[in-house]
Amino acid sequence: MDGASPGDLAVYVHWPFCLSKCPYCDFNSYAAEASDHARWRQAYRNELAWFAGRTPGRTVGSVFFGGGTPSLMEPATVAAVLDAVAGHWTLADDAEITLEANPTSVEAGKFLDFRAAGVNRVSIGVQSLEAQALKFLGRRHSADEARQAIALAARTFDRYSFDLIYARPDQTATDWRRELTGALPLARGHLSAYQLTIEPETRFFERRVSEAPDGRAEALYDLTQELLEAAGVPAYEVSNHAAPGQESRHNLVYWQGGDYAGVGPGAHGRLTGDDGTVRAVSQHRAPERWLRAALGDGHGNETDVPLEPRERIEELLMMGLRLTDGVTRDAFGRRAGLPLAAALDPASLRRLEAAGFLVDDARGLRATPAGRKRLNAVLATLLA
Amino acid sequence: MTGMANPGKSAAMTDLAHIRNFAIIAHIDHGKSTLADRLIQVCGGLTDREMREQVLDSMEIERERGITIKAQTVRLNYKADSGETFELNLMDTPGHVDFSYEVSRSLAACEGSLLVVDSTQGVEAQTLANVYLAINNDHEIVPVLNKIDLPASEPDRVVQQIEEVIGLDASDALRVSAKTGEGVHAVLETLVRRLPPPKGDAEAPLKALLVDSWYDPYLGVMILVRMYDGCLKKGMKIRFMASGASYQIEQVGVFTPKPEKVDELGPGEVGYLTASIKTVAETRVGDTITEDRRPTATALPGFKPSVPVVFCGLFPVDSADYDDLRDALEKLHLNDASFHFEPETSAALGFGFRCGFLGLLHLEIIQERLEREFDLDLITTSPSVVYRIHVADGSTVSLHNPADMPDAGRITAIEEPWIKATILVPDEYLGAVLQLCTERRGEQIELTYVGSRAMAVYRLPLNEVIYDFYDRLKSVSRGYASFDYEMDSYREGSLVKVSILVNSEVVDALSFIVHSTHAESRGRAICERLKDLIPRQLFKVAIQAAIGGRVVARSTISPLRKDVTAKCYGGDITRKRKLLEKQKKGKKRMRQFGNVEIPQSAFLEVLKTGDT
Repeated sequence: MDGASPGDLAVYVHWPFCLSKCPYCDFNSYAAEASDHARWRQAYRNELAWFAGRTPGRTVGSVFFGGGTPSLMEPATVAAVLDAVAGHWTLADDAEITLEANPTSVEAGKFLDFRAAGVNRVSIGVQSLEAQALKFLGRRHSADEARQAIALAARTFDRYSFDLIYARPDQTATDWRRELTGALPLARGHLSAYQLTIEPETRFFERRVSEAPDGRAEALYDLTQELLEAAGVPAYEVSNHAAPGQESRHNLVYWQGGDYAGVGPGAHGRLTGDDGTVRAVSQHRAPERWLRAALGDGHGNETDVPLEPRERIEELLMMGLRLTDGVTRDAFGRRAGLPLAAALDPASLRRLEAAGFLVDDARGLRATPAGRKRLNAVLATLLA
Repeated sequence: MTGMANPGKSAAMTDLAHIRNFAIIAHIDHGKSTLADRLIQVCGGLTDREMREQVLDSMEIERERGITIKAQTVRLNYKADSGETFELNLMDTPGHVDFSYEVSRSLAACEGSLLVVDSTQGVEAQTLANVYLAINNDHEIVPVLNKIDLPASEPDRVVQQIEEVIGLDASDALRVSAKTGEGVHAVLETLVRRLPPPKGDAEAPLKALLVDSWYDPYLGVMILVRMYDGCLKKGMKIRFMASGASYQIEQVGVFTPKPEKVDELGPGEVGYLTASIKTVAETRVGDTITEDRRPTATALPGFKPSVPVVFCGLFPVDSADYDDLRDALEKLHLNDASFHFEPETSAALGFGFRCGFLGLLHLEIIQERLEREFDLDLITTSPSVVYRIHVADGSTVSLHNPADMPDAGRITAIEEPWIKATILVPDEYLGAVLQLCTERRGEQIELTYVGSRAMAVYRLPLNEVIYDFYDRLKSVSRGYASFDYEMDSYREGSLVKVSILVNSEVVDALSFIVHSTHAESRGRAICERLKDLIPRQLFKVAIQAAIGGRVVARSTISPLRKDVTAKCYGGDITRKRKLLEKQKKGKKRMRQFGNVEIPQSAFLEVLKTGDT
């Protein structure tokens, strides 16, 4: 790396608790309440200090409260975390501070307090604006509550985003067009649209709910691209859409292979050391276990391993090709420590280019729209 | 020789008049082992505890499948009601058609047989074939109706059946329960009374039949012999007349059933010898053993080198196991010279071996032993028979592997092996069985009824039989049909080689030879199965079955239209990368066909289901 700067640091904070577990969710989340908010505050502080010790002098460009349902956090906890971040690192003036929120009235009611704590962007788990779909997805809010939460977010924050889940069983292109068109006026600059996937160890999986067959999945995906591009919020990542300049600065760090510290149960991090080696760190998943460790040992770290050069290359490509802009030669060379061309198998690359799934040019490597929607298979071929 | 006491021999040997050599012929589960155990027990060969140990010592596969693969023998000392003591040699014979030559050699070593029939079941096809072998060996046959303690026992019906089906007088059949011991004494008395003593001359040059051989990790190769003339003793230099090899005897002995050293073996006796022999390949079943310095003038009749009739490829699932597979095959070969193997390379499956077997069961046994005893994961290509290909230049090629088939243009004729099959089946399933035989190009030779059971004798092409015939026969008869066969002849047939192509590239491991009338349906079946087994890809995959350049069946796998993880953030990277690594590992087991990657498991599945 020859001392090249690893860039801004992003900080992820995981709050593992929810009011209930949604049937599609395979995140590290639990339908429970935090035992003692003050202890959680202290545990976060401890772990932030531990990460700070490993990343001295860095500037933090973004903080992201994810979960779980971080809108269930006490605003004081959010404030304590942000104070600690500002104390340990340089917090950029224009830092993006995002908190995930559910649109129930109670949580939306805390928006002002979160803003006071330092949050400047919310990402709202709307998922759908149709009553039946909300019921199917196990959501606790109504479509009206979702609209009200968005309206409140619009009044409270400069920036907000919301999530939708589509390609639900039996959802037709006509259904989705109506739902997405109806949601568009509510968006301001950023929107995430995820296709429903059935993950192991979820209730949908147990109930044998099936994913949309790939013909319908493709049609709905294409429709999403078309509608959102026309609305001025084109895809900048597989499932994320933004007006130019409104991309999530925090999430771009993941996709571009930047450094991030992950605090809280099950949180992951990537930290570049002085010698240029990137270490993958992760924290204990079980909330109580993490809490005990973070309070007792000062951190709940479970694994802390250097990434092999090949692993680093794979991560950069795996994540980077999710972006519309792909992987630039410059950034790749800086982060992988070798030129992009040297990292790829020329025969596989040629085959994927010829088939119209990848473009490799002076700027770098990126997936075409056809390649992006088949990215798993493209990556399997490219990285074979 | 009259069998009177011979002054020239040692006390260890028994005079011919007091020796009886016999085999037991029975269908699986008709009680052969139980009866044998009971005979051993009555004659005091083993204690109860030793009995159990004895059973545990035999091969796991033999026990599980209820078959005997290796001949075993037991010497029993029986004190008859007359007061005389007899040496009874019980020869336990292999019980499957694949080993019919081995069976015939074991039977050749005996003067008589017990024909054991389950009195609740009746005669089965397997029994029939072995009884005829025994009759051909001039055996005195003693019918034994077993399991008479069971309520479902119908001895009178079975007596009638034995007489009608086999043509054997069964009026004095012994009624026995090997389980309770009832009638076992009568079995021994009848053996002594009815079986003729063996013949032989202690003074003549050594002449002994090599009945079987196996590898013992401590003693080297052990050879089971039946003595005719002369004596065998330690230190003697012997010669195998067919293989020409000669060895110095280290040990002679008998099985009681534990191996026990004896000073010598004389005429009519059954026992073993060891001679520091490294591999069983030099000790061919049916060979005649004689003394090197004073050989017998004529070998015993009936020796045949074993000829594999079914061939398949065996490939390690993980190519790194190739050396282990070779070592394992060499080890098994030490003990079973009847299977052949030579290296084979397949574009689809990598490096492996082309192996030849005595039959399908033999193939399965070897495959299972490789997997169990040597812990190998194997891919077995579909079994093929040996075709005789007549080429335009006038030469004839024995084809063991469809992949090696010469160009169709150079072939003037193809001959395939036919078998003569005997099927016994309850009336109600006869129609379905006959239909199956017809579908498989069978020609009816004979159809007779015995009570409510029918016996169908058919001539069938062997390649139709190794193509899931057993499974189909079992299924159409609900398991009630029994089946046996012998090799018949080679006959010219309208045979074609069907190649399977994936995106226009031939998958060599899936080629097969089939009668032209079945080419399309079999080809289609494989195309359809592959369609289900090959995961969808970025590109379209065309699967074709073709005879030469002519496509006879096809299927298409449409390309993936959408395949991308919806959510992938910081916490997901490690997991997704590991998933990718796992896929990459899986790719080591992928084979590239054009731009298509086919998981080895797809070949494995196609081959496993026996659809080829």
